[in-house]
Amino acid sequence: MRSRVRRYGPPLLLISPSLVLVGVFVYVLIARNLWTSMTDNHTAAQANGRKDVSFVFLENYVALFKSPQFQHSLWNLVLFTAVFLVGAMIVGFVWAWLLERPLPGGRVFQTVYLFPMAISFVASGVVWRWLLNSNQGDSATGLNRLFQMVGLDVLENPWWNQVTFGIAAIAIPAIWQLSGYVMALFLAGFRGVPDDLREAARMDGASSLQMYRHVIFPQLTPVLMSAIVIIAHMSLKSFDLIMSISKPANYQTKVPAVDMYVFKSSFDYANAAAVGTVLLAFIAILIVPYLIQQHRERTR
Amino acid sequence: MNTTTSAPPSAAPLGESSPLASRGRGAPGTRPTPVGRTLRYLVILLGVLFVLIPVYVLVITSFKTGGDASPARAWALPHTWTFENWQRAWTALAPALGRSLSLVIPSTIISSVLGCLNGFVLSRWRFPGADIVFTLILFGMFLPYQAVMIPLLQLVLATEIPNGIPSLILLHVVFGIPITTLIFRNYFETIPHELIEAATVDGAGMLRTFSSVALPIAIPGFVVVGIWQFTSAWNDFLFAVFFSTPRNGPVTLALNNLANGALLTDYGVSMAGALLASLPTLVVYVLLSRYFIAGLMSGSVKG
Repeated sequence: MRSRVRRYGPPLLLISPSLVLVGVFVYVLIARNLWTSMTDNHTAAQANGRKDVSFVFLENYVALFKSPQFQHSLWNLVLFTAVFLVGAMIVGFVWAWLLERPLPGGRVFQTVYLFPMAISFVASGVVWRWLLNSNQGDSATGLNRLFQMVGLDVLENPWWNQVTFGIAAIAIPAIWQLSGYVMALFLAGFRGVPDDLREAARMDGASSLQMYRHVIFPQLTPVLMSAIVIIAHMSLKSFDLIMSISKPANYQTKVPAVDMYVFKSSFDYANAAAVGTVLLAFIAILIVPYLIQQHRERTR
Repeated sequence: MNTTTSAPPSAAPLGESSPLASRGRGAPGTRPTPVGRTLRYLVILLGVLFVLIPVYVLVITSFKTGGDASPARAWALPHTWTFENWQRAWTALAPALGRSLSLVIPSTIISSVLGCLNGFVLSRWRFPGADIVFTLILFGMFLPYQAVMIPLLQLVLATEIPNGIPSLILLHVVFGIPITTLIFRNYFETIPHELIEAATVDGAGMLRTFSSVALPIAIPGFVVVGIWQFTSAWNDFLFAVFFSTPRNGPVTLALNNLANGALLTDYGVSMAGALLASLPTLVVYVLLSRYFIAGLMSGSVKG
């Protein structure tokens, strides 16, 4: 017993500050949020503790999912995630494939492709709001104006001001920002393919395309899975970019993360907490299996 | 997280051989035809265009005078180049830039030190259940912060931590722990076991091993973690908007306020402001992109 304390005491002591912080700020607060989401804490007086709150169980969740407003947010989230995910995967993968073999200037291109990641969504939102300006015809700015200049007037569109599909326009800056990251992940994947595998394929007389199709691409599956999990989870959390391109009250671009902010701003803590829990549930469905699989790999 | 199962990129010493370093040998079985090569460059340049178009707009608009920024001349170079937008953006953002700096420096240092301790323990001085603890910490990286925001607000209010920079420092330290722990754990995994075991054999305790063996060799790890924490704390907007106001908050909030002004937005000033607010992270990226990439590879997915 004493030797166990001597052995495991110091390391536990060393990480205990972090364990306490993460324990409280992640797990205790999740529980606390769950509780708030099941109360009728909807007013400023209740948020400030001047009026009592009572437990209403799942009432808020039922109301949320029944409301066309929140359904629209969910639709937007699905659309945004689909476009963002597919776009970033394709662009990132193509870039990685093009730069996988040594190429004069390759490093420069990699650096250029990756740089948008260093910029905040708020700063990139400033320029993308201008690029995605909905004005058309004579008052067109941004991409619509560019389309006019190169004779592609048919491509002019209201971008994010379109009610049903407008949110997809905001996925463009998201793709702009994170394709470089997906490229970096895939490049790492390409580097991980053992050289003798390529060599063997070459010996067997495989053409370049055949080698990629049958030898290299299959090896990239784990990277693909990681990239999908990472981008999808980022997409579900998206807030900064949407807030800086459109206003929080904008119906056509609202997503749950924005709803949560709007509820909080009007001191409707119960609904804000409920939206937070919904987001947590979505992300957990994605992340928990991933973490378990990673855990298994580490302990194997 | 390791991004691949067989050969995790983070298994390479961070920074030393970046996974993006060119392989220094031709790809077997491929003899590029001139057409294929031209096509390849063409698609690459198309990508460069996609990435640089917003930069072009930012830069030229930031040097335009008011009337010059009219829709008809949206893509043209400025008639006359002016620094006025930059001056006005600087006046508007300077206090917030200072606050961002005073937020980013302490939170980066504290969360890096905590992450180093955790990474050391979880990779080299393990205890029963260490892997489960690690996975539980890791979940914090993917946590949608919206799911803890309301109780956080209540907590900050109840403990009377001043709103603005002090509460933001606390939050960036706490929510930085998962990623810093992950990066340091992966880093220490790449250090030869013998290095640390030798100290143990010599009878050094854990603290002594940590301070005289692990800490000195962890410096490259600190560079990677530092860049990552610096960038993500500097670019944060979510916590900023919940826990500060444009008057006492960081630069992202001030910039958003400037660019989404209640009245007509002045594009020239907001674009100069966006560039100004991005300069610190861009400088870090340009100078240290190797380490930035190494940070990405060790699984930086805060966002």
